[in-house]
Formats: sequence, structure tokens, C-alpha cells
Amino acid sequence: MMRRIRVLMWKEFLELRQTPELLGLLVIAPVIQLFLLGYAATTDVKDVPIVVVDADRTIRSRQLVERFAGSPHFRIVADEVDVHQVDHQLSSGHAWLALVIPTGLGAAIDRGGAPTRTDVQLLADGSDANSSGIALAYAAGLVREYNTVLLAERGAAAAPINVSLRVWFNPELVSRDFMVPGVLAMLLLVVTANLSSMAIVRERELGTLEQLSVTPLSNWELMIGKLLPYGIIGFLDAIMVVVVAVFWFEVPFEGSVWTLLVAVLPYLMCTLGLGLFVSTISRTQQQAMLTAIFFFLMPMIYLSGFTFPIENMPPLIQKLTYLIPLRYFLVVVRGVFLKGIGLDVLWPQVAALFAWGTAIVTLAVLNSSKRG
Amino acid sequence: MKGVLAVAMKELRQIRRDRRSLLILLLIPLFFLFLFGYALNFDIRHVTLGVQDRDQSADSRALVAAFSRSAYFDQVATIEHERDISDLMNRGSARAILVIPEGYARRIGRHEPVDVQILLNGDNANTATTVLGYVNGVLTEATAGLNVKANASTIGVASRVWYNPELRSALFLVPGLIAYIATISAVVSTSLSIVREKESGTIEQIRMAPISTLAYILGKTLPYLVIAQTSAFLIIFAAMSLFGLPMRGDWFTLFIVVGVFLLGGLGTGLLVSTVAETQQIALQASMLLAFLPVFMLSGFIFPIASMPVVLQYVTTVVPAKYFLIALRGVVLKGVGLSEVIAPLTALAIFATAVVGLSALRLSRR
Repeated sequence: MMRRIRVLMWKEFLELRQTPELLGLLVIAPVIQLFLLGYAATTDVKDVPIVVVDADRTIRSRQLVERFAGSPHFRIVADEVDVHQVDHQLSSGHAWLALVIPTGLGAAIDRGGAPTRTDVQLLADGSDANSSGIALAYAAGLVREYNTVLLAERGAAAAPINVSLRVWFNPELVSRDFMVPGVLAMLLLVVTANLSSMAIVRERELGTLEQLSVTPLSNWELMIGKLLPYGIIGFLDAIMVVVVAVFWFEVPFEGSVWTLLVAVLPYLMCTLGLGLFVSTISRTQQQAMLTAIFFFLMPMIYLSGFTFPIENMPPLIQKLTYLIPLRYFLVVVRGVFLKGIGLDVLWPQVAALFAWGTAIVTLAVLNSSKRG
Repeated sequence: MKGVLAVAMKELRQIRRDRRSLLILLLIPLFFLFLFGYALNFDIRHVTLGVQDRDQSADSRALVAAFSRSAYFDQVATIEHERDISDLMNRGSARAILVIPEGYARRIGRHEPVDVQILLNGDNANTATTVLGYVNGVLTEATAGLNVKANASTIGVASRVWYNPELRSALFLVPGLIAYIATISAVVSTSLSIVREKESGTIEQIRMAPISTLAYILGKTLPYLVIAQTSAFLIIFAAMSLFGLPMRGDWFTLFIVVGVFLLGGLGTGLLVSTVAETQQIALQASMLLAFLPVFMLSGFIFPIASMPVVLQYVTTVVPAKYFLIALRGVVLKGVGLSEVIAPLTALAIFATAVVGLSALRLSRR
């Protein structure tokens, strides 16, 4: 039995070698994805373009504007803007935020006597809701800081309740440390499921499946021989991604490599089995690819918590996410990288991956035996 | 012209024979719309909060109440022992933990500053930043509630958000989603359609047929342009009726913008298929050329302004970036044709370039 599987694996590798473009894509694609996700996939808000309308033109208003100019979160693209131009600046997308300082701000602060409150206006372009929300919070924070400075000038204590903040797992709140380990999980899914979804259907389209079915190979041997080569490629991709993540992106790796390895194997079983299952239910390569990508890969990637937090989803959908193997593997990868936790905490995830993998491979084998 | 029609009819017949692929191209966009409209968002509510109240006084309980009263936090655990903290954090059952120190009430009574501790799970930096904003908001309110007399004038903030006053992320994601789906279905459909002829050997017969390369390319493209345009507008209509996506601009501008963008996507697919020899390679290449840039470099989810400068330059050749500017402009801001001329020109240049290049490549062989 081992010999027959080895021969089939050899045939698969030979076929891969005959399409060097594909082999190239299998190496290049992960690298490009990793670098794009490592550098571009940041939801950190930096350099938000802002315009300033300073109707006050006093020392106080300039002090406030300087706080914005000095902040890494904002980039002043134009100051001394006329108030009527704000509309155009926001609708054309030149600026996302406009700070409008009314006349009388400086006078109100330095007048003395009864305390007053003067509002500055912040106008935000909400069409990028996520970034605008964060930018508004930063802007409000800058104004609050300036208030504290004003209070201190009067000799008053700053706000009586202070926050002493401690951030766990990612103290500097770098989104890259969150995204890059996730790439490992996504890449493995995309590469291995894509490849294996072609496995059977290509033979069927080329008519060589008939020849395979008259060989003494059993269904199980056929499936295993088809899957293992892709599994090995996926495994090499995984090692490459971990090395780049740790040594290039300097993502902290707090946990143990062994925990990761123990989880990668059942996860590969899931992704390969999934591709194979798609292959058994498709007639043409095009169908297989479209089915794999649109029915399985993309919904899984989006609902797994890779970019969109699961806790923000409606309760019903949250329950659905338990059906997605990527979800469990993401918890493992991020746990191992950022939290340094081991199997004592992560065993339920690994068990879920094993169950899922066994189920999908069995389903694929059963399905292919019915092909008659 | 007759040649174009003939190729288009042949292509349509082939599309009709593969029902599942057609259904996928038409219906999957709707499925994604539901996904993005209902399931996926960055609107963070119900942050899980653990509380360790070491003071156990009326004041400390008031502060805890201020947190659980706010719409943003759900108190999920009361912590007795120090070790429970790391357990809650490791398992991810609490995203934030509030620790109120002993002597909290005493210091408040004496008007002395007091530190409360906030522990945040920072694994998702984006969520953590937002949660920190909520924490600051609750504490600012609580401070004001303590009736502290400030003897200086203060500056308040009145913020107003345009185009999307409630900052609903659906309104910002849906236009991006349209770009995303349109690109993928456009690129994938054409990239596979020519490679399929190569793989099955029928491309030779077409080469012998008395039609020009341009007619062949147009005939291949038109049916998919109609399908993709239909599915793009299906998404837009559904988004309007289901998620209250406003349509503030005019339909004609929208039609033009979508059409030119789709032409670019179809052209990219054609270009891929002139290079690739098998469907597998065509698909992998078009995913790499279409899927990734639209997802990562268009401003769909990740703001371009925050990227490293080199990548910001790279985004200038990503057509989806211009499409998003134009689409968000027309749909959310109500700008007219004259104001989207710049992004529209960029899209038209891109479409002409890819269609022209693929015609050149096809005719040379």
C-alpha cells in the first residue's frame, strides 16, 4: 500500500514540475501576500489629512492647531482655509477631517472670571467610517490634552481619575503583529485548498480518471496520494511564512514551535480535505475553482475573525463561525505568537480541527467512491 | 460587427451550458452583500469587561455601574483573585479588565487624584484602540459626575460627521464590496474563457476563422460585461433597499463609472489568459493580480494614508482605488460627472491599456 501511494505522489510531483509557472506562483504568491498584508494591512490611523479653519487667530487657537500638527495621527494639508471651502475639501476627498475654531476662543480662555465653555467644531468625512471614528477619538483626545494644559496653567489638578493603562499581548498596539500570524492561516487555506480542488477534476476533464480507476489503487490510497504532495508544499509554505514573520517583521513569537506544529497537521487535513471534497462535486476545473473560492474560501476568510472581529457579528452568525476550521487555527496561531499559550489552553481548538479534518476527508472519499 | 456578435453568441451559449458557473457569477455577489451588510463590521459594541473592585465602596460601585450602564461594555466577570486576570485574558473571555484600587473612595473624598487600572487585550490593535476610546469616554463622564470644580474655561468638542452620520461601517464597506466582487467576477470570467479554448484546442479553429483579433476580443468581453454590469447593479439595488445605502448622485454617472471599471477588469482577465497556458495558472494569477490589490491596496478596508510611502505609490496603479473614490463620491457624497472626471480618466486609461495590450499579444501569435 505504501508503495502504491509513493508512486502516485511521485506522479503528482512530476506533473507539478512540468508546469513551472504554477510552481513559481506557489512560491511567489505567498511572499507577495505576506508582504502586502504585513505592510498594507494596517487599520492603524496615521497621517489623516486635515484642514484647519482658524477664525480666531489668537495664541490659544494656534496652540491648539500645533497639537494637531505635532500629532503623528494627523497631517495638516491646508490651514487658513475659508470656511466655505470645507465642503469642497471633504467631498473631493482632499481632507477627511476639518477643524473649525470659532472666533472668541482665545478671548474666552484668557478672560478670567466665570468659567465658560467654547466648542471647536470637528467635521469628519464618514465615508470611511472606521478610520473616521478612530480619527475623531484621537482629535477629541488632543483637545482634552490641551484642556489639561489650560487647567494646569491655573494651578488646578488635572482630571481626578487617571487611567493607568496596560495592554497585554501587543503593548504597542501594532496591527501588523495581529495580521501577520493570521496570514499563515489564510495562506495555508488558499494554497492547499486551491491546489487540491483541482486534483480529481483535472483528471476527469483530461479523461485520465478512467485510467486511475482501473489501477489497483483503492479510493483511500488515491486520495492520500493526491493530498500528501500538496500537504508537503503547504507545510513548506508555512515554515517560510513563520521565518519571514519572525525575522523580517519581528512579530514576537512567545509560544513553542511544537504547539504550532501539532495544530498545523490537523489544519492541513481540513484544508486539503476541503479542496478534495470540492473536486469530487465539480464537473469542470472552472466549476471547481469558482466553487472553492466563492462558496468556501472567501466566506471562511471573512467569517473567521481574520480581519473582522467575530465578537462584532450578530449572535446567529457567531454560532455559524464554529463551523469554520480557519477560526480555530487563527486562535491557535495568534495564541502561540502573541500570548505564548500552549496546548493546555488550546486543546479544544486542536480537537475541533481534528474532528473537522476527519469528517471532510471521509466525506470526500465516500463521495468519490460513488462516482461509479 | 457581425463577427463580434457571432463570438458573443457562441460565448453566451457556452455560459448557458455551465449553469453553476453562471449562477455563481450572478448570485454570489448578493450572498456577499448579506455577509457584509449583516455579519461584518467594525462597529464595536458589547465589549466584554472583567471587574476587580478592591475597594468595595459606594464610589467604586458607582464607577463599575458607569461602565455597565454604557452601551459599549458588558460586564462578564467579577474577579476575586489575581490569577483569574491572566486566565480571563488568555482565554479571551474578557477584552478589558477594570481594576479599582483600595482606598479609591477615600482619595475621591479628599479630592486627590486616583489611578484606576485598565488592562486591555491588544491582540487586535484596531479593536483595542476603539475600546480605549470608549474607556476614556466613560471615565470623562464619571469625572464630570463627581462634580469637580474646574476653575478655568474649557474647550469642548462638537463633532459632526458628514455623509454617514452614524459612522455605520456597512455604508463604507458596501461600495468597496462592489469593487471587490466586480473585479473578481470580471477578471476570473474572461481569464478562464480564453484559456479554456487553449486547453481544449479550439483556439486554433478561432484563429482560422475570418474575424479580426479585436472583434474576437470584443465578442469574448461583451457577454461578461453585461453579466458583470447586471450583478453590480443588483448589489447596488439590494444594498439600497436592505441597508439604506443612499444614492445621492445620478444614475447615469454611476452607470458610466461602473462600466469603465468593469471593462478594465475584463481586460485584465484577457491579458492574463493570453499569458497563461492552463486554467489553474490563469486562476492563480488573476487572484494574485485582482483579488489581492483590491482587497489590500484600494482603500477598501485599510486606509491608504496609513501605508508606507512606497506602497502608497504602488496604489496609484490599482484601478480599484480610483473606482472607490468615484463610487463613494457618487453614492455617498452625491458628486456629479464633472467631479469624478479625474478618477474616471484613470480608469479609462487603464481599461484601454489592458484591452489594447491583450489584443496585441493575441494577434502576434
